[in-house]
Amino acid sequence: MADIILADISHSYVAQPDPSEYVLRRVDVHFGDGEAHALLGPSGCGKTTMLNLISGLIHPTSGQIRYGAKDVTRLPTRRRNIAQVFQFPVLYDTMTVFDNLAFPLRNRGRPDSEVKKRVGEIADLLELDSELTRRAANLTPDLKQIISLGRGLVRDDVAAILLDEPLTVIDPQRKWQIRRTLRQVHEQFRHTSIYVTHDQTEALTFADRVWVMNEGKIVQEGSPDELFRRPEHTFVGYFIGTPGMNILPCQLVDGAAMVAGQSIPLSDEVWQQARRDQGSFEIGIRPEFVELVAGGDSTDHGQPGELSVTITAVEDHGRFSIASAELGEHQIKAKLTDRVPPAPGQNARIRFAGGELHLYRDQRIVCADEPSGDHRPAATPAGGN
Amino acid sequence: MSLELNGVSKTVGGQPHLYPIDLHLEVGVLHILVGRTRAGKTSLLRILAGLDSPSTGTITMNGQDLVHIPLRKRSVAMVYQEFVNYPSLTVYENIASPLRRQKAKRSDKGSAASPDIDARVRELAETLHIAHLLDRLPNQISGGQQQRVAIARALAKGADLLLLDEPLVNLDYKLREQMRDELADILTGTTTTVIYATSEPGEALAFGANTIVLDKGRVLQNASALEVYHRPASIAAASVFGDPPMNVFAVEVKDGVARLTGAEFSLRQASDHLAELDDGTYRLGIRASDCTLETTEANHLQLPGTVELCEISGSETYVHMGCSQNHFIVQEDGVFPHQLGQTLTLSIDPSRLLVFAADREGTLIKSYHR
Repeated sequence: MADIILADISHSYVAQPDPSEYVLRRVDVHFGDGEAHALLGPSGCGKTTMLNLISGLIHPTSGQIRYGAKDVTRLPTRRRNIAQVFQFPVLYDTMTVFDNLAFPLRNRGRPDSEVKKRVGEIADLLELDSELTRRAANLTPDLKQIISLGRGLVRDDVAAILLDEPLTVIDPQRKWQIRRTLRQVHEQFRHTSIYVTHDQTEALTFADRVWVMNEGKIVQEGSPDELFRRPEHTFVGYFIGTPGMNILPCQLVDGAAMVAGQSIPLSDEVWQQARRDQGSFEIGIRPEFVELVAGGDSTDHGQPGELSVTITAVEDHGRFSIASAELGEHQIKAKLTDRVPPAPGQNARIRFAGGELHLYRDQRIVCADEPSGDHRPAATPAGGN
Repeated sequence: MSLELNGVSKTVGGQPHLYPIDLHLEVGVLHILVGRTRAGKTSLLRILAGLDSPSTGTITMNGQDLVHIPLRKRSVAMVYQEFVNYPSLTVYENIASPLRRQKAKRSDKGSAASPDIDARVRELAETLHIAHLLDRLPNQISGGQQQRVAIARALAKGADLLLLDEPLVNLDYKLREQMRDELADILTGTTTTVIYATSEPGEALAFGANTIVLDKGRVLQNASALEVYHRPASIAAASVFGDPPMNVFAVEVKDGVARLTGAEFSLRQASDHLAELDDGTYRLGIRASDCTLETTEANHLQLPGTVELCEISGSETYVHMGCSQNHFIVQEDGVFPHQLGQTLTLSIDPSRLLVFAADREGTLIKSYHR
């Protein structure tokens, strides 16, 4: 097992690429040894290219890939010592489950006693003991995928396990069980694992560290909680969470963000940071943290920080409702757990839960508006006070 | 004025795909057909579209027989899971094609580039946010855009019956979210009869429409989405119409006390709607969102359990708990990566318990007051 490091990697599928023809743009990634990682992003973001670079299926246009201290940039897949689980299970249909699991070991000439011992251990872990003598051909897709995983795990000397959308063929009702197995396996073996997916639930359930990608770049690396509570880029706010974060353009005036002529006070800390540089500013607030002010149906502005809106639509989901509201020419969504949701057409006042409002400059977070004050923004550029 | 299905069934090679279905559906509104994969949704839509004939039964729309009208003469449009467009026609011509066919049918003299066709194509393209793509070919645009073209073409037909078979299932979830919002506006705004098939109960709730719950070839319930949510007709209906599925556990009731493995509680103290339950065995249902962890509400039913998995959706955490012989899912708002194997106390809000029969049908016996 090892750290996997991608140092200043760029990649294009074109021989003499223009700047616009790169699918990965100067990516720096450090997958820590023994950790569960996910690469998450929409289709076309470059995550599959990155996986293929790590496995050695393709080689980067520029930059270096290291497994620990070893430079593997130009090494082929078979010399990288990795296990892979693909979207569709890859098994030898005519072989038994036992022989499928044993294949990677026998292929490397390991003695029978070791083969028997390792296959037994893996079968035990994955609850495959009763299946070992069956042929792979007629098994369900779920079971086949578990066996594919088992084949990846059976060698104890792999540097890393790469998983490419491994739940694609799994029945929706069974997905949680496979997710549990993957998680248990990780906690037991602590392989360096990299899970590639476009699905936020897959990524956040499996991984401790999630790398969110968009347009050939990493936009944020963080724990699931960090991605939810403190998106560092507006894309992360939009992409993580259902519905995603409300992101509204604003102007900065005297310590406040102005949206559609209404004023949202910023903390002094945020204001001092924000006023330093020009840029295009946006506020971000998750629908979970938009609150309806009780009795706030008048059109006046109410208390500082309260905004007048008009409710345009309400979806009643049983335990909660999603209200859409107009704030000037902008739309804002609120996830409400009030017993009686507001009615469309109604004027209402909203406010934002303390500490959950973020300010973005050119899509990057300025700094968090946190009540506890325990968070300090990243070091300011040279020339700051 | 209604769409009526009487005893409609479908058997293929001796295998029943649909058991006899009776449905009475209002015309001119949106209906959501909710069921898991292989529940029979596509089979039913194909029969309504006229692509397949039912093995038995009749279908009438506003009193007119639908089954025996030839496909060409039916006023039906269908949108499929796959993005089906004419590959050699531009986006413009794809949307215009049903309009041209109708025009040609009505009069042979009509010129090909008629101004009303042009206006309609542009209007639909505007609604579906593809106005800037009209000159492209289908393979030059993204999957989401291709599905918009297919939907625009189906709407262009102006058919009496519009059928959509999981139209968003092959899209990225973010695109799905956005298109669901747009479709809600478009489909609830038309006067066409629309049947929209999905495996996601959240879509039925988002559309707020009449909901038909289909499971293993049978219609389990036909009611408003909120009615199905709060008063599912059976355990099976609750299970289909729940994401995650509803938690269900068996209890033995005697003298006003309910016993389950590892716990017991007084029904009268728990909640008014449970007070009058007769002695006997039942199955109780509770949604994941009505369970909490490590809370100390006085009258809540508490069970110790072990964390089996935390599924994190981005804004919610679904904690799978093993509690003696039962498996529960708890929905927490926010991101909470509990340790696997950790012991936590599960709390059930008794005022949200549903009571089902303990037999195979699992019919709803008592529901809470909304």
